[in-house]
Amino acid sequence: MPKTPLLSVDRLFFERDDCNIFEPASFNVEAGDIVQIEGPNGAGKTTLLRLLTSALQPTSGSILFSGENITDCHYEYLASLLYIGHQPAVKMTLSAEENLRWMSPATTSAPEIDAALAEVGLRGYEDVPCYSLSAGQHRRVALARLFTTEAKIWFLDEPFTAIDKQGVDILQARMGSHLAAGGCILLSTHQDLAMDKVRKYSIEPHSDREQQQ
Amino acid sequence: MASNRDWTWFYRLGSPRWFYETTGRWLPWLWTLTLLLLTTGLVWGLGYAPQDAKQGNSFRIIYLHVPVSFLALAGYYLMAIAGAIGLIWKMKLSYMVMKSAAPIGAALTFLALFTGAVWGKPTWGTYWVWDARITSMLILLFLYLGVLALQYAFHSQESGNKASAILALVGTVNIPIIYKSVDWWYTLHQPATIKLTSAPSMHIDMFQPLLMMIIALYCFYALALILFTRAEILQRERKAAWVCELALQADKVAAWEAEE
Amino acid sequence: MSNIGFTAYLKRDLLLSYRRLGEAASPLMFFLLVSILIPLGVSPDPERLAELAPGMMWVMALLATLLSTEGLFATDHQDGSLEQMLIAPQLLALPVLGKVTAHWLVTGLPLTMVSPLIGLMLSLPPVAMVPMMASLAVGTACLSLIGAVGAALTVSLRKGGLLLSILVIPLYIPVIIFGSAAVQTAVDGFNWLGPLAILAAMLCAAIALCPLAIAGALRLVSSN
Repeated sequence: MPKTPLLSVDRLFFERDDCNIFEPASFNVEAGDIVQIEGPNGAGKTTLLRLLTSALQPTSGSILFSGENITDCHYEYLASLLYIGHQPAVKMTLSAEENLRWMSPATTSAPEIDAALAEVGLRGYEDVPCYSLSAGQHRRVALARLFTTEAKIWFLDEPFTAIDKQGVDILQARMGSHLAAGGCILLSTHQDLAMDKVRKYSIEPHSDREQQQ
Repeated sequence: MASNRDWTWFYRLGSPRWFYETTGRWLPWLWTLTLLLLTTGLVWGLGYAPQDAKQGNSFRIIYLHVPVSFLALAGYYLMAIAGAIGLIWKMKLSYMVMKSAAPIGAALTFLALFTGAVWGKPTWGTYWVWDARITSMLILLFLYLGVLALQYAFHSQESGNKASAILALVGTVNIPIIYKSVDWWYTLHQPATIKLTSAPSMHIDMFQPLLMMIIALYCFYALALILFTRAEILQRERKAAWVCELALQADKVAAWEAEE
Repeated sequence: MSNIGFTAYLKRDLLLSYRRLGEAASPLMFFLLVSILIPLGVSPDPERLAELAPGMMWVMALLATLLSTEGLFATDHQDGSLEQMLIAPQLLALPVLGKVTAHWLVTGLPLTMVSPLIGLMLSLPPVAMVPMMASLAVGTACLSLIGAVGAALTVSLRKGGLLLSILVIPLYIPVIIFGSAAVQTAVDGFNWLGPLAILAAMLCAAIALCPLAIAGALRLVSSN
C-alpha cells in the first residue's frame, strides 16, 4: 500500500475576476521533500503559496493534509504550517527579540530566542527597535522563525530576497536539517539551491492568459 | 456528493446566460405592462382622482412619492439579500443583481427625497424639515452611496462585490435600529408647529390610483433591475462564447438592415 | 504560537500604542482642540454653550474615534501581520475582538476620562457630567466596533480613510442619538438610565455581531 503523502494537492485552481491564473495544479509532497515553485514573474507563485496556506480560498480543487481534506482539519493544518510571505510581518516599534517572541511558539524560552537571532546574524541587535534595522535585517528577523518553529510544513515566498550569500548558506543549512527531521518545504525563489534532491514544480500559466497576450 | 445533484436547478438559476436568455423573453411583456400601468396610473392619479380637501392639487405628488419611497427601502433589502446569496453560494449572477440594485435604489431614494421636498414647499412652506421619515430616507441614501462607493473603490471586481455585499448586510441589520432610533429621536425633539403625520384615512377614489402606481413602480423596478443586470452580464461575460455570438448576430442584423 | 487569541492581541496592540504614544494620543488631542473651536465659532456665552454641549461633545467624540479607526488594520495589512493573523490556528473573531478592545482602551476610554474637563469648559451642567462619561464609555465602545467593520472593508484600499467615513457615519447614527439623548435627559432633569440601557443593549449586539462581520471582511476582502 502506498504511503499517504504529507501534502497532496489535487487540481487546485484559482480564478480571479474571471481570469484564470494558472492551470489546475496537482502534486504530492512527502515528508523530507523540498519543492521549488518556478515560473516567471506574475505566473502566480505567491497565489499558489497563499492557496496552500488557505489564506485564499481555491475556486476548485482540494488540498489533503496526511490524507484528510484541510477543510475538515483546518486548525490542525494551520497549526502545523509556517508561512513567510513577501512582507516580513515585523513590527517597526518592537525590538527584534519581541518580534521573534511574538512569531514563535509560546513555549520558546528566552535563550532559544536569543540563539535563533544569533543564528541569523542578529547577535547584539536583540533589543534594538526594528525601525533602525535594514530591510535585509527585517527579513532576517522574520526568517529567525525557522529556528524556533515546530511547524512541519514550511511555505517560503522568496525567502532569500535581500539576504546576503552567507545568510543564504545558513538558511539552506537550516532547511536541510528540517527536511532530515521529516518536515517538508515549498518555496518560491529564482535562485538555484545548493541542496540535494530539490524537486521543481513549474507553474503553467493558464491557456486563457496566453491568448490574451 | 449526491446532494450536489439536487441543487442543479439552483445553480442553473445562477447562470448568467440562462438569466439573460429567459429575461430576454420576458422583456417585451414587462415593457408593455410597465408602460400601461404607469400611464394609466399617472393619468388617473394626476387627472381624475379627486382633489384633496386641504392640500388641493399639490397632494397629487404622492402618486409618485409614496411608491418611490416604498421601493427605495424594499430595494435595499433586495440588494442585501442578493449580496448574501452571492457570499454564501458564490453565485456571480447574484452579485450582478446586487451591483445593479445599488444605483437604482440610490436614484429612487433621491427621487423620494426630491418629491418630498417639492411636496413640502406648498404644503408646509418649507423644502426641508428634520422629520423622522425624511431623516431616515436621507440616511438610506447615504447607505446606498456607501455601497456604491465601496463597489467601485476596488480594482478587483470580486473584492468590490464581496466588500459591498458585507456592507449591505451590515446595513440591513442596522436599518431597523436606525429607523427606530430616528423615530425616538424625533419624538424627543418634535417641534410643535409642524406635524407631518399623514391623513389617517384616504378616500377610496384617491387610494385606487395610488395602488395602481405602487404596482406600476414595482414593475418599473423589476424592469430597471433586469435591464441593468443584463448590461452587467454582457460586460462581465464579454469573453464568453455565447456573448461573442450574440454580438456577431447583432452585427449581422445591423449590416442586413443597412443594406435594406 | 504566542500570537493566538484575544489577550495576546490585546496586549500587543496596547504595547504598540504605548511605543507610539504620540500617534495614540492624537484622537484625544483632536477632541481637546476641536472643543476650543466651538466657543470661538459659536459664542462664549455660557448659556448657549450649555445648550450645545451635550450634542457637540458627542459629535466631537465620534469624529475623534473615526479619525483613529482607519489605522486599526492598515499597518497590519501593510507589514504582513494581518496575513499571519488570518492563517493562525484560531477563531478569527477573537484576535479581532482583542484588537478592537485595545483600540477602545487607547481612544474611547481616554476620551471618556477627559470629557468632564471639556464639559467644564463648555459649561455642561454638573448633573450631566456622570451621564456624559457613562454614555461616552459605552458609546465609544460601540463606535470602535462599528468603525472596525468599515476599517476591515477598506483595509486593502490605498486611500481608504475618506471612504471609511462615508461607510460608517450612517451606521454611527443610533449611537449618537442615544448617547447625546442620555446626556440631554439628564440636563432636563429626567432619568437618563433609559437611553443608557439602550446604548448598552446596542453594545451587546455589536460585540456579538461586529467581530463576525470584521472577520468575514478581513478574510474575503484583504486577500486581493
